[in-house]
Amino acid sequence: MNRIYLDNAATTPVSQPVLDKMIPYFREHYGNASSVYATGRDARRAIDAARRQAAEAINAQPAEIYFTGGGSESDNWAIKGAAFARRDKGNHIITTQVEHHAVLHTCEWLEKQGFSVTYLPVDEYGRVTAEQVEAAITDQTILITIMAANNEIGTLMPIGQIAQVAKKHKVLFHTDAVQALGAVPVDVEAWGIDLLSLSAHKFHGPKGVGLLYIRKGTRIDNLVHGGAQERGRRAGTENLPAIVGMGEAIALAAQSQPDNAKRLSAMRDRLIAGLLEEIPHIRLNGHPTERLPGNVNVSIRYIEGEAMLLRLDMAGIAASSGSACTSGSLDPSHVLLAIGLPHEIAHGSLRFSLSDESVDADVDEVLKVLPGIVKTLRDMSPIYPGKEG
Amino acid sequence: MYSEKVLDHFANPRNVGEIEKADGVGTVGNAKCGDIMQMYLKVEDGIIKDVKFKTFGCGAAIATSSMATEMVKGKTIEEALKLTNKAVADALDGLPGPKVHCSLLAEEAIHAAIEDYQKNHPQTP
Repeated sequence: MNRIYLDNAATTPVSQPVLDKMIPYFREHYGNASSVYATGRDARRAIDAARRQAAEAINAQPAEIYFTGGGSESDNWAIKGAAFARRDKGNHIITTQVEHHAVLHTCEWLEKQGFSVTYLPVDEYGRVTAEQVEAAITDQTILITIMAANNEIGTLMPIGQIAQVAKKHKVLFHTDAVQALGAVPVDVEAWGIDLLSLSAHKFHGPKGVGLLYIRKGTRIDNLVHGGAQERGRRAGTENLPAIVGMGEAIALAAQSQPDNAKRLSAMRDRLIAGLLEEIPHIRLNGHPTERLPGNVNVSIRYIEGEAMLLRLDMAGIAASSGSACTSGSLDPSHVLLAIGLPHEIAHGSLRFSLSDESVDADVDEVLKVLPGIVKTLRDMSPIYPGKEG
Repeated sequence: MYSEKVLDHFANPRNVGEIEKADGVGTVGNAKCGDIMQMYLKVEDGIIKDVKFKTFGCGAAIATSSMATEMVKGKTIEEALKLTNKAVADALDGLPGPKVHCSLLAEEAIHAAIEDYQKNHPQTP
């Protein structure tokens, strides 16, 4: 069976050029970058090169790039590190109700450590405004952490405007840009942010590696204590092949971003239009235009998300859902509830996420297969009010 | 991870539909939690001659509904009342931890339909 992968917001395959670049760093150039001999120096040079690639991709200085074990670690480090480093200045943190759990659960943990957190509500599309953020700032506010793009519904936040507000009030601003890189321009100077998290496997790099951008002069506490790696700020022997892979992946992603965004938005819009036309009782979740080029998220009434995912899987299509049955809890996605969806409609959500390896035929297949799946499941649903005309 | 049997009952559910003029109908669950099961019984001489279901829910909810209907079809009311969630789960070669409540819902739906039947037919057991 031809397998169609439309869950690129979950992870992406490592691209061939990235893999080719990584392979020599397992058996040939396997050195520890801290060693003085030639193999160690090879490793050091490779990490330095990856750091330059990463810096260039987001318009930063190489000295502002710190490699980590992934997006979750970057978020934990940025938020905990900033909170504890600035504890003498205040104890208040501002975030939103639609952040990734790596941010939300970190903030909840900090509340237990005595910090106070404001979780800003979002509008029906999943956005906060800079005015909302400004109104929440107090003389105790030390950190604002707001995602650049939502992983579930793809909504883009006004990061540049929020950064201006943060700067005006001398509050540190962190953004989780894990979903944004390669999809929209990520420019730390244009945005004017202090801390930014990225994860390589979201843009055809390997899993288990990410980075935290820390603006020069920004003081945050360490998260991982130990050796002097990453200029004494993140301990642990560098994951050499993964860092090399991330460098190559981020360079390629930044380079292809403008073309990709154009091509994927067209595919996205065709998929959305097709689904809204073919399937009755359906709604688009997230912003109609201010959304990631590769994100489609819909709620299909009277049926449940996991059942649709299983049927799609049987048809060879991989997607995801925000239903409770896929979240491992009794509640559906916190993002879908935050945009105001009732539980029963949130249970029927589906997300298709495209990448630059997606093709038009993938969209055709979804449009061919999904309406039938919806009909089958609705026919066995006791809450479906009537037959489709 | 679902067993092959769960996937089979999900992909090819048995006894889907409604029974007109059913002798007993039971509905359990609610849409807020993401599961609603509705069971219809046709009873003759204390024996469940036919059973149908409609379910709003995940793969496990549909598979347990299907299996539960198979397990009570042709049985006496007394036998059907002995159906447990564990028996349904076992017949499906087990369910993942978070999905065990689906089998409980299936048991409750059968019991609710039987109670409805007994209420409608007070003189028969």
